[in-house]
Amino acid sequence: MKTLTQRLSNPRLLDLVPVVLMLLVAVFFSAATDSFATWANVKNILLQSSHLAILALGASLVLLVAGVDLSVGATMYVAAALIGVFMPGAPVLIWLLAGCGIGLVLGAINAFFVVRVRVAAFIVTLSMLFLLRGVGLWISDTKMVFAAPHLLEMSRASFLGIPVPILLAGLSLVFVHLLLSGTPFGRSVYAIGDDPEGARRAGIPVERVTFMLFVLCGGFAGLSGVVLMSQIAAASSTFGQEKEFMAIAAAVLGGTSLFGGRGNAFGPVFGAILMQTVQNGLVLMDTDPYLYPLITGAVIFIVVLIDTLRNQLSERLGRSPIRVEA
Amino acid sequence: MDAKAVPLFECSGINKSFSGTQVLFDVGFAIKAGEFLGVIGENGSGKSTTMNIIGGILRPDSGEMRLNGDAYVPTQPNDAMEAGIGFIHQELNIFGNMSVADNMMIGRYPRRWEKLPFINHRAKRLATAEALKRVGLDVSPDAPCWSLAPGERQLLEIAKVVSQNPRMIIFDEPTTSLTEPECRRLFEVIADLQAQGIGIVYISHVLSDVQRLSDRIVVLRDGHAVKSTATRDLTRDGIVEAMVGRPVSQLYPDVPPLGERRPVIEVQGLTQPRVLKDVSFSIAAGEVLGVAGLMGSGRSELARILFGLDPHDGTGTISYEGAPFDPSPRDCVSKRMAFLTEDRRHEGLLLTQSLTTNLELVHLSGAGSGAHVPVDRKQQVSNAEDVAHRLRIKARDLVRLPAKSLSGGNQQKVVLGKWLVDAPRLFILDEPTRGIDVGAKEEIYRVIAELAGQGLAVMLISSELEELAGLSHRIMVMSRGMNVGVFERQDGGFDRAAIMARATAADVEAA
Repeated sequence: MKTLTQRLSNPRLLDLVPVVLMLLVAVFFSAATDSFATWANVKNILLQSSHLAILALGASLVLLVAGVDLSVGATMYVAAALIGVFMPGAPVLIWLLAGCGIGLVLGAINAFFVVRVRVAAFIVTLSMLFLLRGVGLWISDTKMVFAAPHLLEMSRASFLGIPVPILLAGLSLVFVHLLLSGTPFGRSVYAIGDDPEGARRAGIPVERVTFMLFVLCGGFAGLSGVVLMSQIAAASSTFGQEKEFMAIAAAVLGGTSLFGGRGNAFGPVFGAILMQTVQNGLVLMDTDPYLYPLITGAVIFIVVLIDTLRNQLSERLGRSPIRVEA
Repeated sequence: MDAKAVPLFECSGINKSFSGTQVLFDVGFAIKAGEFLGVIGENGSGKSTTMNIIGGILRPDSGEMRLNGDAYVPTQPNDAMEAGIGFIHQELNIFGNMSVADNMMIGRYPRRWEKLPFINHRAKRLATAEALKRVGLDVSPDAPCWSLAPGERQLLEIAKVVSQNPRMIIFDEPTTSLTEPECRRLFEVIADLQAQGIGIVYISHVLSDVQRLSDRIVVLRDGHAVKSTATRDLTRDGIVEAMVGRPVSQLYPDVPPLGERRPVIEVQGLTQPRVLKDVSFSIAAGEVLGVAGLMGSGRSELARILFGLDPHDGTGTISYEGAPFDPSPRDCVSKRMAFLTEDRRHEGLLLTQSLTTNLELVHLSGAGSGAHVPVDRKQQVSNAEDVAHRLRIKARDLVRLPAKSLSGGNQQKVVLGKWLVDAPRLFILDEPTRGIDVGAKEEIYRVIAELAGQGLAVMLISSELEELAGLSHRIMVMSRGMNVGVFERQDGGFDRAAIMARATAADVEAA
């Protein structure tokens, strides 16, 4: 029988915090507004959070090996701008594939500098953030890029009764889940996140896996860019701005650790929905829009705090006693 | 063991250099199936390099290895395992964030479909359960590894190696993080592996374990295999002599004679509920008081209370240099008391900081003889150089190298050294030689004797009675929080049997 303190010091207990947070948020807004707890609004929240869910899935892949990608928002912009300027009339499927493709290439550039040149991921992707923003402005001639009508239709269309943006987020979720839990590649991601040197000793191709994760992260960012473009109809010069932080926050909110090695595919999606729910509720309550960043900031702070606490807890548990010689 | 013509594994003429410095010279030895080969040597004697060559992590410059008579040329760690040589590293390769089954099967997952990269989770669990059974480890394949005790992690690592059907397993310092019962279990498992005909190569600093368990012992010194002999033909002194390269009688320095008795610290009836009971003793200037006792006898707790690290709210008095004294760490430092903790890594050393910073730590607190404001960098470095010289700390760079880059013995010297900057009057040493090799031990013994010779009072706590007997003027025996007897040095030695009896007697009485 474990004592209460032992149970409380189980780091898994902290995993429940986002769930509790979601319940509190849902109960609060349901009580505070009439329109929150309606089927239409729930669908609306899911629709609005799909691009962030896709982005957060990619961001979490990199976080799992204790890396970071700050360039995903800018990647969204470049993907949307490139396709919007050079091939706006392309069929929807080509839009989606091209978005992914552009993201994968940009992700590969990040991966090259992080893995091959061994520059810190923070520095590489921060530089890419500014660089890609510049590229986006150059391509679009600093003008707003509008989405073609058939792209807008996609965002409103349904396939098998599921709205397409939600379907795309769902497919991304299934892909990442199968990758992480069902393949040797996915399991090696966790090993690298826990102890890169140990993973290398265990014969895992650490460099190759890390490279692939940055590439995938870029691919999801490109896809996310196309989805968002189809929903808001245009890409202005601020398209995708600060999304990198929203994505990381959503991932961490869903239990992905900034220190690597902890997290799953469902967490980031859950985190994205939770963040969108808060925003949605605040809009419905007619609160001052200046309040949004404050609340978002507070949520991110709490979440990172929890992550740090959890990490300290598990470190303490992992510490081993020294043998006493008789 | 049946004497087969072909040994299980043999290596010969192995040479290895790192950037021009030769670290292995013509090393060779052989091991038979089911044999337990102990490999010992000081830090830097070439044990790890030799094992890394056998394990496929390093490649030798020259030399030959044979496994069952066939040439064995590993180029990477996986080659070794495939050939049947498992390697249990000192730093275990366990991923705490993953399940037992994942740790067991990582890198060789069973697939659900042959052509597709998907894991067959059922087969993974079954194979794991099977492997766990072979080493008698009773945990669920789905248990997360952070929840395992150090001994269980070790067994998991062994199970992982055993499940790949090895013919020989190398253990590198497998007991450093294990408790006594965990060690016993490890030894049972190893004996079982031997019975299955698996050859065991066992590296350890714990000579008593190696002596008890091994069939043969190879001693490495400065990159040479200086001895390879059946264990029954070796004495402990003979082993140590081979390791150090000179007779063991010189291991302990002469105990400096005591002059007129001038007590530095006097403790009267010190009692702390559930920790200490009515402990009285005194230590004079120039005296080394050894403190013996089993684990949990209160020896470390006494030291921590004297230095103000643990609270003292019971009865009893402490007087220091003739004045009553209520200890707090800052007071103790300002009154020139020094304390060497038993937990070097967690409490004694800033591992990522330079040696100069570490050596200056006590001085900088300003509680000692007063630090300069602003900090005098030149003075710091010259202080550090002075102490490093006195203690013969082997470091290439005192200013830039982090403390963790040093060997255990040199780390301990740094911890000792940081207290010496301010010339202490009482030095409490708690297990000063734990986990360091014989050569470094000898130097620490020399420093202790020198300090006592200069009039420092030393309280020396150790689990090794031999060490206490070699260095102390008197030995106080503790048991269940009490001082159960003080032994005087007679005819240059102590009655060790009597001390041992006293340390364990109260335990028996109380039980």
